[in-house]
Amino acid sequence: MNTDPESTAPVSVDALYAEADDWHVNAGGQTIHAKRIPGRWRTIKWAMASVWLIYLLGPYLRWDDRQAVLFDIPNRQYHLFSVTVLPQDFWMLSLLLLFFAILLAVMTALVGRVWCGFFCFQTVWTDVFTWIEERLEGPPAARRKLDAAPMSREKLKLRAIKHGLWLLIGFLTGFSFVAWFTDAPTLWWTFFTGQANGAAYVTVALFTAGTYVLAGFLREQTCFWLCPYARIQGVMLDRSTIVPTYDERRGEPRGRVKREDEGERTTGDCVDCNQCVAVCPTGVDIRRGQQEGCITCALCLDACDQVMDKVGRPRGLIRYASLDELEGRRTSPLWLRPRVWVYVLILGLSLSGILYGLTSLDPLELRVLHERAPLFVLQSDGSIQNKYTLKILNKTHEPLAVTIRATGHESLTLAGAEQPIATAPGGVTPATVFVRIPRQALEAEQQPIVFRIEAERTTGEPAVTERESVFVGPRPRSD
Amino acid sequence: MADHNPFPGENNTGHVWDDNIRELKNPPPRWWMQGFWLSILWVIGYSILYPTWPVGDEPTPGVLGWSQIKEYEQGVERIEAKRAQFEDRIRDMTADQILADPGLKQYTLASAKVLFGDNCAACHGSGGQGNPGYPVLADDDWLYGGTTAKLTETITGGRQSLMPAHKTMLTEPEVDTLAHWAVAMAETGGEGGSEAGWNLFRTKGCVACHGQTANGHVVDLPNGDFIGVGAANLRDGIWRFEPGGYESARHTILYGVNQKDAPESRSAVMPAFAEPAGKLSAQDIKKLVVYVHSLGGGM
Ligand code: SF4
Ligand code: SF4
Repeated sequence: MNTDPESTAPVSVDALYAEADDWHVNAGGQTIHAKRIPGRWRTIKWAMASVWLIYLLGPYLRWDDRQAVLFDIPNRQYHLFSVTVLPQDFWMLSLLLLFFAILLAVMTALVGRVWCGFFCFQTVWTDVFTWIEERLEGPPAARRKLDAAPMSREKLKLRAIKHGLWLLIGFLTGFSFVAWFTDAPTLWWTFFTGQANGAAYVTVALFTAGTYVLAGFLREQTCFWLCPYARIQGVMLDRSTIVPTYDERRGEPRGRVKREDEGERTTGDCVDCNQCVAVCPTGVDIRRGQQEGCITCALCLDACDQVMDKVGRPRGLIRYASLDELEGRRTSPLWLRPRVWVYVLILGLSLSGILYGLTSLDPLELRVLHERAPLFVLQSDGSIQNKYTLKILNKTHEPLAVTIRATGHESLTLAGAEQPIATAPGGVTPATVFVRIPRQALEAEQQPIVFRIEAERTTGEPAVTERESVFVGPRPRSD
Repeated sequence: MADHNPFPGENNTGHVWDDNIRELKNPPPRWWMQGFWLSILWVIGYSILYPTWPVGDEPTPGVLGWSQIKEYEQGVERIEAKRAQFEDRIRDMTADQILADPGLKQYTLASAKVLFGDNCAACHGSGGQGNPGYPVLADDDWLYGGTTAKLTETITGGRQSLMPAHKTMLTEPEVDTLAHWAVAMAETGGEGGSEAGWNLFRTKGCVACHGQTANGHVVDLPNGDFIGVGAANLRDGIWRFEPGGYESARHTILYGVNQKDAPESRSAVMPAFAEPAGKLSAQDIKKLVVYVHSLGGGM
């Protein structure tokens, strides 16, 4: 900050703004029509994007007579293949969120915004939308011409088909989302006969409109102005992060190819063909360095490599590289960086936590609440009685008859648990029981006791779980 | 903020900070402006549909006729409808039948917890743990019996037992003997107690209320029930007036219970809770009986 009150704007600042002047971020005033060319990264991009097919097709997978993955909100059950997760197991969700949050941070720190360039639904859906646009309306030049042309029958037809297809994709996006929360084949039927839940229609409508507007019209504007993650990412990159980079030392000064001897060339390798800009879906000129608009989709790499092949210069003028590499500093491979190992460790820990949780889900769960008012009661036969409320959670799909036992003191008697407790599937059944211990047999004011519940499943498998609680009595007489 | 504009012709507002940070007049993106106008349209549409503008004391009602209080009332109605099924069944069943039905019992306990807190907890404690001078409801020592029938009777009509003051009827050594005898009875579960104490107990009229065996039952019935007048069981370690012990026993013997002319007398009155004197309906009392019975000492 300039604290000198006498200083006027220094010359260097003017220079800075002169540079900024000729930098234009498209604020939505124009539609970017990016050129599509085949190439290595384009292929990789499609392969990565196809992960989203799981989102669209996943609800139709079956498992045990039901949807393989089903988020059953009304019944508060989450089915993941053979595993059923109830709200009580939601600590795993925090681990899952931790896992993905770290994963995102790790990937960004190591290889830049790969999420943005290859996986992000905004990028992928926009890519599909523009692919449709190109099939219908032709290459970028033809599209720009069509945009400028007055409305005609032909234009109207093309536009109608395009918007119809976009809306259809938007609808399928919303429908697939809802299908994760309810039985998908049933939804197809109920949805079109007007019998589906009102929330389903609203959700599908919102998704359809959202997809249509975001992928059809806002496109790269979303990455520039709406997405908060895009803004955060800037601080996640460092000198060793590899991102698509233009090799300035090799490329500059740029100049058109001339019929001259290679040896006498005074220009750098960049032939200033602007192909890298033409293919960029966000309209960025990567030759100006890493910038907020670049989503690291690497399409400019494909473009430049093809140009280099044509003019007979080596590939890689634009390539995945870190700042260190570009400035000729020593770089170490990924597996030799301590930071990578720390990330891997955190990821491994949260992942093993989730796996442990999923494999150790007990069919029964028990909570024991010890009555506090009163902590204990003297009975007329001289025994001390404690009252407990047991909350039995039956996580299976069948009703279970649960037997309650208590251990922890040899003179203990359990009252109120003579009959097995009938528990409904997926629900919590409370039971009140009393534990009595003769006063003379009590050695301490407090002592641990263990409640054990057992049930037999229809498969013959036992379901057992235990929980420790405490038995409270009066202070034993010192004499 | 400087008055002069060092960046003329730049489309800025003339506001400059730190010599070079300027506020420009670039228009926001078009889609952003569209969103802005859309949100204004939204407010207009919303204010037509829902109560919005304050006019006088009331806001404009909105064409949908929705209001928060109406939604609340509908919510209450829905809950009442849900409760009604249980309440109807409770009305047709006895307390014993409710206790035998796990689902209904659970509902009754949950709903009676509030009733207990409002009506009983002030004397008997929030968990029935009792208070000095007020019986514990969580133990199994019932002065009038712990069956659902007896509990209904107690809550409906209240209870008020009597014990005469023996200050003028007994000599000081006799009071002393009886008090020691009562302490010994409590500590030994009724097996101890001096011969002299037993003699006084039988000859001075204590048996009439506390029973032949001093267990507080005037007559033990063959079915396990008993007839009593609310006299304490002297054979167990539970004291009606806490803290128990010699002094306490002596005080009770000297001044009695609920004696109008003895100011030091123990006071032990449970009011009647049934309408019209009390404020509980038969339904509420039934629920409370189930609740109290389940506190730990029901018979
Ligand atoms: S500059 Fe290259 S990597 Fe970045 S968004 Fe454009 S095409 Fe993709
Ligand atoms: S594609 Fe390669 S050669 Fe062409 S302008 Fe871009 S960087 Fe230069």
